Amino acid sequence: MTCWETFNAYAFRSIGIGENLLPKSDFTLCQQFTLIGSGLIWNVYFGALALLFGFFLATGIALAKSARSPWLSKPAEWFVFIFRGSPLFIQFFLAYEALQMLPKAGIDVFGISVDTAWTTRAWAGALFVLFLNTSAYAAEIFHGALRSIPKGDLEAAEAYGITGWQKFTRIQWPTMLRLAWPSYTNEAIFLFHATTLVFFSGFPAFRQMGDALYYANYFADKTFNPFVPYPIVAFYFICLTLLLTSGFNAVNRRLNRHLPSNQTSRIRLRPNLIR
Amino acid sequence: MFAVCADPKAIEGLTWLSCYLTSGKHLDFYWSFVTVLLLLAVTAPAALAMGFGGAMAARSRILPLSLLGKGYAALVRGVPDIVFFLFFVIALDQGLEYLKSLAVCADHAWPWQGLEFRVCQEAKVPLGASSAFWHQAYGFALAVFTFALVFGAFAANVLYGAMNAVPKAQLETAEAYGMSHGQVFRRVLMPQMWVYALPGLSNLWMILIKATPLLFLLGVKDIVYWARELGGSKTQAYEYPHPDWRLWYFLGLLVFYLCFTKVSEIVLARLSARLSRGQATAAGEAMRRAGA
Amino acid sequence: MKKILLATTLLALGTGLAAAQDVVRLGTEGAYPPFNFINDAGEVAGFERDVGDELCKRAELTCEWVTNEWDSIIPNLQSGNYDVIIAGMSITDEREEVIDFSQNYFPPAASAYVALAADADLKGTVAAQISTIQAGYVAESGATVLEFATPDESVAAVRNGEAAAVFADKDFLAPIVAESNGELMFVGEEVQLGGGVGLGLRESDTELKAKFNTAIQSMKDDGSLNALIEKHFGPETAKF
Repeated sequence: MTCWETFNAYAFRSIGIGENLLPKSDFTLCQQFTLIGSGLIWNVYFGALALLFGFFLATGIALAKSARSPWLSKPAEWFVFIFRGSPLFIQFFLAYEALQMLPKAGIDVFGISVDTAWTTRAWAGALFVLFLNTSAYAAEIFHGALRSIPKGDLEAAEAYGITGWQKFTRIQWPTMLRLAWPSYTNEAIFLFHATTLVFFSGFPAFRQMGDALYYANYFADKTFNPFVPYPIVAFYFICLTLLLTSGFNAVNRRLNRHLPSNQTSRIRLRPNLIR
Repeated sequence: MFAVCADPKAIEGLTWLSCYLTSGKHLDFYWSFVTVLLLLAVTAPAALAMGFGGAMAARSRILPLSLLGKGYAALVRGVPDIVFFLFFVIALDQGLEYLKSLAVCADHAWPWQGLEFRVCQEAKVPLGASSAFWHQAYGFALAVFTFALVFGAFAANVLYGAMNAVPKAQLETAEAYGMSHGQVFRRVLMPQMWVYALPGLSNLWMILIKATPLLFLLGVKDIVYWARELGGSKTQAYEYPHPDWRLWYFLGLLVFYLCFTKVSEIVLARLSARLSRGQATAAGEAMRRAGA
Repeated sequence: MKKILLATTLLALGTGLAAAQDVVRLGTEGAYPPFNFINDAGEVAGFERDVGDELCKRAELTCEWVTNEWDSIIPNLQSGNYDVIIAGMSITDEREEVIDFSQNYFPPAASAYVALAADADLKGTVAAQISTIQAGYVAESGATVLEFATPDESVAAVRNGEAAAVFADKDFLAPIVAESNGELMFVGEEVQLGGGVGLGLRESDTELKAKFNTAIQSMKDDGSLNALIEKHFGPETAKF
């Protein structure tokens, strides 16, 4: 099998396209790079979607946490505390246990039967946990940023007669993003790294469709040599991290474009988050 | 443990439960909490030292050293810790034994034969004949080193940022007073950088706490290993057969982690207040005003 | 108990220096009853514990038990962290390529399907433990394989309806089925996989392999191995 054929057979194996059976012999570097790269699709899927959905929930929770009413702020505080205070690994386990307690035949809602079997699949269940998890971390970052918006900016807005919703969308939210962005970049990187836990200790792999680490594990098991597949995963993730950082840096430049260049907060990769 | 527990299958109810919870395996489970705390206590300063070294190297004026420091931080942080743990410890173990073999072995044959790694008996770390305790201690030491290496990379980044955050004017003033480089570093930079580094470092501590479930990958039997092992359903081959109880064990762990996080948060908040005293930051200024 | 342990380790330390070559470390998983498991005292127990101790006695070796994750059990053998794998490991061609096996001390075992109902769809979703020969077999059988990290979880998946059946070693499943009060049952046909269970050794350790082979043969010859199999797996299991 040439490398090109291998690529055709396995490039999309992780989403069920191509050869049905995983390679049984040779285990060439080409096979390993292709299949592990194919698994990376899942890491990107989990990371990107959780980040996207989490962004909106996090904004909401950050606002709730800063609200004066305890009815809003207390639940938000607890949400953030529980998801930031426990290992992701345990969250996956508990979520899986809870989701499989749903009746298998489906739930009757007003006469319509809602199917529940898909909730225990990684693509839905794990995504849901990652979504809540990243929301909690990002909410904490956004909350901190909301509190450090310069007082003068808000007073100036009010003096111009900008209040309420308009004040939020035009002053608070953009400033919050600008202040939070360096930390938020870190959260994104951590989130992508955390996606490797999905099949490792959380959810079962369905039809041998797994993420990069799952296939690396497969090769390590078949070749009995951990020194090839795991460094390949590491290599892919270093590339992914670089790509992600440059994307977030571009956004950062845009958020800070109105500031004189010496004041822009350069993105520093700091673990400002808890995982 | 107790006399009543001699025949676990004949007892039931509370007695059964108390016997169950004091079985040898459960005592190992309770011990593993100590192991984890000990590991955290040893790893945190080690990672800090590693990070300090990394940050110093990155700031160095010697180009290769600075590249090394920056490369270390960038490379190790780019890789998910779990992937790193899966191959690094075996590599480290083999590397150590190879170095030792150069010193103690009579023949210097290349130890990597295919997938097999072979050095002479004297080069084994620890020696094959040493007691189980030394094997465990060695495994623990490897785990500490690996954790310190990974978290040192993150700490290096935080400290590097903190060193740059100390106002430049102060350093220049110190130099104008005739202090040498080393003196400026020790007397001006060092005492002040911690207040800038603390938020980053406290988050790192929290991440470290939550990375401990990965210990079992490094061959250390931690609380998650035992919770899994104890919670799994047990057939009659065991003294205390029971169905799948993992849920309860994991809920217990959840409570442990939440409490630990809470305590850490409180302690770190106090530390932060202590460090801010007399500093030229907003928090320090607020404290000065409150006191005046 | 702790004191006795300490005393014996000290003793082992003292004598160990004289006979450094003879301390053999046995690596096992400790999560695969009745082959090997951690008993309630926190020690390795099960069929392989008995066999291993007896083999060491016959080969006049001082043995020590070590547990290791299944995933990295072969790399750690090759790295020299222990000298023998005794973990219910089936002899397969793939494994033969990188390590050596002793002669088998457990006959080629049947693998079987277990399900909640007799009419379970064995071409549907079938659970198995990740990176076992059973997982590979299910994938090739055309069924949808659902892979779990531990054998326990794969059985749990059948109980809660996640998978239609679980495919694993019959000897591992038998006590679970027997104790499930009729909830679980064997379905479909048994499948013979692998060439029996053997000790895994480094390819260069030919001397050690010879010693263990002789010891296993002597246990087979005097029937003590069969007695141990019967003790742990019941009278119906295949014997030598």
